[in-house]
Amino acid sequence: MSSRDVILGRVRRALGGPVEAPDSYAKDIDRSYLREHGNRTTQQTVELLAENLADYRAIVHRATSEELPATIVRLLAGHGSRAVAVPPGLPDGWLAEADATQVHDRAENTPAELDEVDSVVTACAVAIAETGTIVLDGSPDQGRRRITLVPDHHICVVRVPDQVVSSVPQALERLDPTRPLTWISGPSATSDIELDRVEGVHGPRTLEVVLVSGG
Amino acid sequence: MSGTFVGMPAFPKAAHDAVRNTTLRANLKHATHTIRDKRERAVSELDDWARLRQAGKEIKDHTLHHLEHYLVQLEESVTAAGGTVHWARDADEANRIVAGLVKETGESEVVKVKSMATQEIGLNEHLETEGIHAYETDLAELIVQLGNDRPSHILVPAIHRNRGEIRDIFRKEMGSWGRPAPEGLTDTPAELAEAARLHLREKFLRAKVGISGANFMVAETGTLVVVESEGNGRMCLTLPETLISVVGIEKIVPTWQDLEVFLQTLPRSSTAERMNPYTSTWTGTTDSDGPQNFHLVLIDNGRTDTLADEVGRQALRCIRCSACLNVCPVYERAGGHAYGSVYPGPIGAILSPQLRGTGSEIDASLPYASSLCGACYEVCPVAIDIPEVLVHLRERVVAGGPATRNGNKVMLRPAKGHAAERAAMRAATWAFTHPAALATGQRLASRTRRFHPRTAPGPGKAWTATRDLPKVPAEPFRDWWKRTNGGKETNK
Repeated sequence: MSSRDVILGRVRRALGGPVEAPDSYAKDIDRSYLREHGNRTTQQTVELLAENLADYRAIVHRATSEELPATIVRLLAGHGSRAVAVPPGLPDGWLAEADATQVHDRAENTPAELDEVDSVVTACAVAIAETGTIVLDGSPDQGRRRITLVPDHHICVVRVPDQVVSSVPQALERLDPTRPLTWISGPSATSDIELDRVEGVHGPRTLEVVLVSGG
Repeated sequence: MSGTFVGMPAFPKAAHDAVRNTTLRANLKHATHTIRDKRERAVSELDDWARLRQAGKEIKDHTLHHLEHYLVQLEESVTAAGGTVHWARDADEANRIVAGLVKETGESEVVKVKSMATQEIGLNEHLETEGIHAYETDLAELIVQLGNDRPSHILVPAIHRNRGEIRDIFRKEMGSWGRPAPEGLTDTPAELAEAARLHLREKFLRAKVGISGANFMVAETGTLVVVESEGNGRMCLTLPETLISVVGIEKIVPTWQDLEVFLQTLPRSSTAERMNPYTSTWTGTTDSDGPQNFHLVLIDNGRTDTLADEVGRQALRCIRCSACLNVCPVYERAGGHAYGSVYPGPIGAILSPQLRGTGSEIDASLPYASSLCGACYEVCPVAIDIPEVLVHLRERVVAGGPATRNGNKVMLRPAKGHAAERAAMRAATWAFTHPAALATGQRLASRTRRFHPRTAPGPGKAWTATRDLPKVPAEPFRDWWKRTNGGKETNK
């Protein structure tokens, strides 16, 4: 007998015989918990996002869509970046004014090549105000998961208010589980040494989030 | 479970030694109090915490009740998404499967995400015997691995080490594993973290095989979820060509929507954060993004035996947040090593004796590693009634009875060393069912109270070695009640 059959047989016996397929799931679970915590206007939700991002030591910037290219140039310069990773579908113009070398996200890039890159600029899929989280889903404007991991500096652009939701339940509704998702709340951090929080062990040590308004 | 802990003394002996280690106690007290205070604040931000906790409990209970259905559904969805599912009934089989999969790749090195399941089965040790070197990449696990030590906490496995000890381990050991610690390394956390970053990055960049566990598996979509802080998880989940995930069969949730409950309760309960820095989800394989080969190894290893116990099965709801460790007065003083298992603290005290059975001395002692204060139940985000299970397991240890081992029904014999306890309980039962004899005995005890020893004689000595013998009152309560007309005539 295969281990699969053995394990499934043990499960059956443990529960005192075969259990019929569940048709009661929807009513078995009490989902009276909140879809959102507190009443906020859209503007207040965006403010809460900024506040919670900063609380987890992400650096928050604001810009209009016209100001965005200049903002990105400033952030890259501030980090002293000479090479920047670029997802394939990053909107034209975001890096229009940047003079850093652009390293395009390609399957054949090795991790070691990415390690030579200073910064990465991406969009995001959704941002969660209550937890200060941005979620990337691998869409063309965000690229492969590794480009936001290996470089030490991540600039993430959030379109406000469209991409901002209040809560985790609202975010999950918007996301496609078949895509590889990365949820990011602040920069990489560890508290393994006497519970002192230290930014960055393996992921980017600096996370800069630009909240962009106006399209 | 892992052979790492074989030969451990029973909990009272191990705890007795641990509480005398003042460095350990100071490290632990600082850590557990810091997290528990932060957790309190993080939880209080959510007005619906009680309802989220209830929903988490209901989701897990429903899943366990229909586990066969969800396991089959998960297998189908993972396979449809391009993954391969393997089933392992015990630790040996899981280790063999993983070693075989690594060998198929031709590699002799793997990078690992911190995972309780792989610790439970002793995977690293097994791989070593097969000539495969497994590198732990979580900072705390790296400290434990380099220090040739054992983890002592579910979430922060090196909680028992302070910064000075960590610096010494890095200086001494890093060089023989790869990139040595930088010259002049000090004990500031930032420098230590930087040393770990440099040491591990060279391993990540060349790794071809990654091994992980998972916090959740979604049956309907075949999605796996790993929750972490450092990014070492993301490295292992995305850079290698092959990913092998070893996961206990109880980690299933039925639907994608269910994650909305656990992604709110898990980070707040474990690290006391609104959200942990990184969460990765993956569904099979994705074209040119991440590993192109994905294997899921589903392990039983005592879980179906636990499922067979109607009281004890609630331990399978556990989402490994470790909130119960941080509030436990016993854990705080004894430390994680005393539990002799990869699962320390209150949850370990109920999970280990169920997964492994109560045959060994350490496992038979674990249900007693508690004061039954109930704090663990209060903080549990899936409402596991740990005290209830502890009492249930104590009864099993003392009295024996039916249980399930490796899928077979067995009749357990009473554990050795509990004869005096059984005799005392039998005597108590007799006394409580014979009121006249009880009253006479109580009066006799009151009158002779001046002559009572401070420790119990005979086999009772063991009991009073760690406890104070209560003083007998001057007058039995029943007599007082009668004499004073229920306390109304106090002057009488």
